[in-house]
Amino acid sequence: MGLSTNRLGLYNPEKPMENRLTDMGPRHFWQYFPPIIQKNYGKWLYHEILEPGVLVHVSETGDKVFTVRCGGARFMTVEHVREICDIADKYCGGHVRFTTRNNIEFMVESLEKLDALKKDLTGRKHVTGSLKFPIGGTGAGLTNIVHTQGYIHCHTPATDASSMVKAVMDDLFEYFQGMTLPAQVRVSMACCLNMCGAVHCSDIALLGYHRKPPIVDAEVLDSVCEIPLVIAACPTAAISPTKTETGKKAVKINDERCMFCGNCYTMCMALPLSDSQGDCVTILAGGKISNRINAPRFSKVVIPALPNNFPRFPEVCQSVRKIIEVYDSHANKYERIGDWAARVGWERFFELCDFPFSEHLIDDYRLQYDTYRTSTLFKYSPASWEVSKAVGGVED
Amino acid sequence: MGFEPIVPQKELKYQDLRIYNDKELNNYTDSELKSFKIKHEIPVVEQLESGPWPSFVADAKRLALHRRKLSQDRMMIDRDVVEDLLGQLEVSFKDGETHWKHGGIVGVFGYGGGVIGRYSDLQKQFPSVAHFHTVRVNQPASKFYSSDYLRSLCDLWEYRGSGMMNLHGSTGDIVFLGTFTEQLEPIFYELTHVMQQDLGGSGSNLRTPSCCIGKARCEWACIDTQDMCYDFTQHYQDELHRPAFPYKFKFKFDGCPNCCVASIARSDMSFIGTWRDNIRIDQEAVQAYIGGEVPPNGGAHQGRDWGKFDIKKEVLDLCPTQCMWMEGKKLMIDDKECTRCMHCINVMPKALRPGKDTGASILLGAKAPILEGAQMATLTIPFIKCEAPYDNIKEKVIEPIWDWWMEEGKNRERLGELIQRQGIRKLLQVLNIPAMPQAVKEPRSNPYIFWKEEDVPGGWKRDIKDYRSRHAR
Repeated sequence: MGLSTNRLGLYNPEKPMENRLTDMGPRHFWQYFPPIIQKNYGKWLYHEILEPGVLVHVSETGDKVFTVRCGGARFMTVEHVREICDIADKYCGGHVRFTTRNNIEFMVESLEKLDALKKDLTGRKHVTGSLKFPIGGTGAGLTNIVHTQGYIHCHTPATDASSMVKAVMDDLFEYFQGMTLPAQVRVSMACCLNMCGAVHCSDIALLGYHRKPPIVDAEVLDSVCEIPLVIAACPTAAISPTKTETGKKAVKINDERCMFCGNCYTMCMALPLSDSQGDCVTILAGGKISNRINAPRFSKVVIPALPNNFPRFPEVCQSVRKIIEVYDSHANKYERIGDWAARVGWERFFELCDFPFSEHLIDDYRLQYDTYRTSTLFKYSPASWEVSKAVGGVED
Repeated sequence: MGFEPIVPQKELKYQDLRIYNDKELNNYTDSELKSFKIKHEIPVVEQLESGPWPSFVADAKRLALHRRKLSQDRMMIDRDVVEDLLGQLEVSFKDGETHWKHGGIVGVFGYGGGVIGRYSDLQKQFPSVAHFHTVRVNQPASKFYSSDYLRSLCDLWEYRGSGMMNLHGSTGDIVFLGTFTEQLEPIFYELTHVMQQDLGGSGSNLRTPSCCIGKARCEWACIDTQDMCYDFTQHYQDELHRPAFPYKFKFKFDGCPNCCVASIARSDMSFIGTWRDNIRIDQEAVQAYIGGEVPPNGGAHQGRDWGKFDIKKEVLDLCPTQCMWMEGKKLMIDDKECTRCMHCINVMPKALRPGKDTGASILLGAKAPILEGAQMATLTIPFIKCEAPYDNIKEKVIEPIWDWWMEEGKNRERLGELIQRQGIRKLLQVLNIPAMPQAVKEPRSNPYIFWKEEDVPGGWKRDIKDYRSRHAR
């Protein structure tokens, strides 16, 4: 049975439940494996990165599979996917794979095919010049940025995603195609605190953030929202019931208590937060998800707010580059950004990156005490001398 | 080794399924594309076409041209959808605010998830994206595809939607970006009847499970991540499609503690492959690393001169439990002290391999910051054998947890928040498991123990008169 070519296809709106098929789940994975993957499933012995973006996996059967990893914008059109299929048909027996971080992987069985594939991929460019299939994203370098929808599809973003990712990857492209860093660097991007991209455990996280409390659309609030649910949605109890001058039920916001999480807007469309001046980009660093050497950990806020400077976010690009360059020249082999910052001390991180340390960076939410330094073990940095000067503890 | 799918799979051949002929698919040239202008002025958006990284704008433009040149009766939604999307993006950049309206409840009959409703708030200016609903299509485990399948999906989506998609969304689904309400049921019928393909999850459902590449191409996979992901997805279809939970629930499957799908940070129930016997050592290969014949860490550091490989500095001294040492030319590991962090195995993949007696650790309750702050998953089951059909996991872990959470969880409370609110002690009761020191980083430092009456000799019922018989007021 082919795909239908009429307005409603197989669906009959007169009888919506007729012939309905449900609960069949995804397609089974096995049929999509190239034969070499089927043959060696569970039999792999070891792997090696031959050059940036190119891996070989060796099986106990003696088989080898060569993988070429290419960066991809996670936003793709059917035109791009058809081109991916052309390449898969030409070199890979019609098979292709995508990684969790939106990379595209082509697999071949011989070095000859590998060379032809690499050459072909490298030559493919959009008419305006950008590469369609940049090879890289392996080892001690920078791989693709996982991200969220932003202005392409989302109703709650505090910034855009696809544009920021394009700008940052353009700027850091040498690290995508190189393996010169002390360890891998995982950058993630989410356009609001909902973090559909779960950026909270990344080496560097780029996060859109609102900074103005919601505006109350009192005209409609009572008719489109459940007021008790809206009040309950606020984690800081900043929302309380009120009435408008005309007697309509509405809510009021205690602005001082708002932490701009947007949870109220998720519950109620009559409380929009977004604002071109208020919305900003927060940068976090030092998280990871691997259990290697030490436990996974959260990223920490290192820059509270940078402007939404569309479409290329120069301040964001500059800051990310700064972190990577300082890390690159100071960290030991195998140290992730967070390992290095913990070893030298976060006070040194701020000094070396030349990022100002403002009061915004000190936790004042529920678990703030866990971050207080309760010892005399610290390093002197310009920021600490400022405190000493402020109380006459040292000469100016 | 092969696999029998739970549901028999029909073979999909693009030649049998296709909508567009070759002429329609190749209907523009590069020179036409170079001179192509979309109907809106988008100078800010167009700044995203330069630079080496793949430009989503350049990609969108070629789809726009392709649709321009297709006959409108070969597309069930307006051909201008791509141009209007770029136009609206330009306005969003200028305004510094999104132009998608809040919410919109649409879907397919009988399902409570899989479709996200979206409407433009600039419908007059951009009528082709007035509706811009997305459809989540449940990806095959670990995201391998055939071109037959992908090409068929492309034809279906270009015919009934915008032709724009995400490969993939953060949770793992194939995301179809943008169609009108009228086409939702037809898309669902084509997916299920023709492509034998179901939707993914959204809302207060089980979300689409996802997994790492596992045994397909990784030597470290200690569990069969693909099979578990597929099996659990099939087994819990009802939970995936029909919202019955307090909030979203995610399963993710990582084959080893390197955690390539980040299950430990972003799934309510995280399965991480591990082993309980000894790391397998090939002593000759260890010497090859020491002798510099094999690059360390699979060649991951070859872009910089880090000097000669030093096993003491790079492996033994970085071992977090200091359970490794050299005896002459022999590498020794005290496996019972090992916490299986993977560092030594990552550095010397040719010489060291995980053990053979494998299973999973199960950790519970990870989530992003909304609402009570971000949480990492908590180690709950240290080791469990993972063999199909995984009844031990389903009956002893998943279902008791769900029963508890559905009974006690508040609206929009994730499992991790419920665990915090009611305590690990309650979790132990729910799972009927004893306490273990592994569930915490350290024991409590306050003695405010909520003793129960039955814990204390003689119970709590006391008589004040009896007390006063010994103590004057």
